[in-house]
Amino acid sequence: MEFRAASEQEMEAFGARLARGLAPGLVIHLGGPLGAGKTTLVRGLLRSLGWAGAVKSPTYALVETYALDDILLHHFDLYRLSDPEELEFMGLRDFLDGHAICLIEWAERGHGILPEPDLRIGIRPLGTGRDLRCDPGTPAGARLLAAVIETLAADRDGRGAG
Amino acid sequence: MRVIGLETSCDESGVAIYDAREGLLAQRLHSQSRMHAEYAGVVPELASRDHVRRILPLVTEVMREAGTGWGQIDGIAYTAGPGLVGALLVGASVGRSLAWSRGLPAVPVHHLEGHLLAALLERPAPVCPFVALLVSGGHTLLVKVERAGRYEIIGETLDDAVGEAFDKTATLLDLPYPGGPALEQLARAGDPARFSFPRPMVDRPGLEFSFSGLKTFAANTLLGYRHASDRDRLRADVARAFQDAVVDTLAIKCRRALRATRLSRLVVAGGVGANRALRQRLTELAREEGGEAFFPRAEFCTDNGAMIAFAGCLRLQGGEWTRGGFDVRARWPLDALQAIAPG
Repeated sequence: MEFRAASEQEMEAFGARLARGLAPGLVIHLGGPLGAGKTTLVRGLLRSLGWAGAVKSPTYALVETYALDDILLHHFDLYRLSDPEELEFMGLRDFLDGHAICLIEWAERGHGILPEPDLRIGIRPLGTGRDLRCDPGTPAGARLLAAVIETLAADRDGRGAG
Repeated sequence: MRVIGLETSCDESGVAIYDAREGLLAQRLHSQSRMHAEYAGVVPELASRDHVRRILPLVTEVMREAGTGWGQIDGIAYTAGPGLVGALLVGASVGRSLAWSRGLPAVPVHHLEGHLLAALLERPAPVCPFVALLVSGGHTLLVKVERAGRYEIIGETLDDAVGEAFDKTATLLDLPYPGGPALEQLARAGDPARFSFPRPMVDRPGLEFSFSGLKTFAANTLLGYRHASDRDRLRADVARAFQDAVVDTLAIKCRRALRATRLSRLVVAGGVGANRALRQRLTELAREEGGEAFFPRAEFCTDNGAMIAFAGCLRLQGGEWTRGGFDVRARWPLDALQAIAPG
């Protein structure tokens, strides 16, 4: 399934759509080159969940954790990882506990150790806009994707009616 | 009082000996950046494994260079956070073990306090209170330093740290790690008029920073010109536009910070503080504001043992130290520290 975000605002809006369909324990991989807008998407998602604070790049600390009212969300960035085994030293198992939501950037650097995601989102720069390709890996991921499509359809109908 | 300082919070192993009367006696740094070059970043576990191999030989070397024996050492300071836990544990456990075996006091030091106070190792040293701009790979902060140990964070980044933006943009420009110095060099050949990058957050009041958009702007520009015939010229011009935007943005916020706090002294710390374009710009700015800018020498801007020995010495003189046991912290808010008691 492919989507398009023409601007930074639309990337944040896509994050907000994802937020509406989130279920506990979902693991989402975010792919795409440097500057593609992965953290922007995460910011949009967190904002719509009510997070008012900063959404910092987790590159330096490897993971930033957000404790929201009823959701615990971990935002990983594995950019600096050289060997997937380093995830064991980070205590990966404690993060992937089946309840917390995990958004993982540069997941390919954890290949072999990271479990398969529920949803894989690949971001491809196209001019100043971005193409988003979403591939569900599990039924839970497929449900999330269906929810995103539903919000898009609802918004379109809403605009059409108004 | 004579103190050994150990720094192992990230990719540099640093050891130094500071004497309260005689100043810095010796310092050694073992940079691991050559090892990390092939990964375009700091590699957490490789980093801590290398600290283990380096730290004790470095202690032996600085003691020899300082011409000092264990009998003249009064305490051990080690970086306890924030940083990579595996790397921090090496310095903390070595520091604690040395202190225990020699019957010495040991004191945990906040890595960023080390950076903030590094300028005090230089002469003339800035007098408190001052505004500090701390710019490194992991941090971008404006701090009001009332006195040693009393820090108020008045501005920080909402997303990427400046050094991170430099490193990632450098990677986009096919430069080797660490990217900052290489990008600075490339920017010198760049045409400042070809591209104009945005100055993030300057149109809003306040002292917050945001740098992830600049990296994206660089990526988009390179993508838009990917068919350009002169790739080297393009890289230099993008590097120049990026650096100009960063320097401009930092300068605008520093000016605001000086005015908001009604302070006249600006202290720059952290690895990006070694950037010459930034130094020149902030020197001029402080003068325009009727004040003065202070920069530690480049080797005290990047991570080093001297700043830890110095901050640790101040805290030990203030009667601060902890017995037995230790912990390290990946996160440790700077404003949670207590003011240092006069020694």
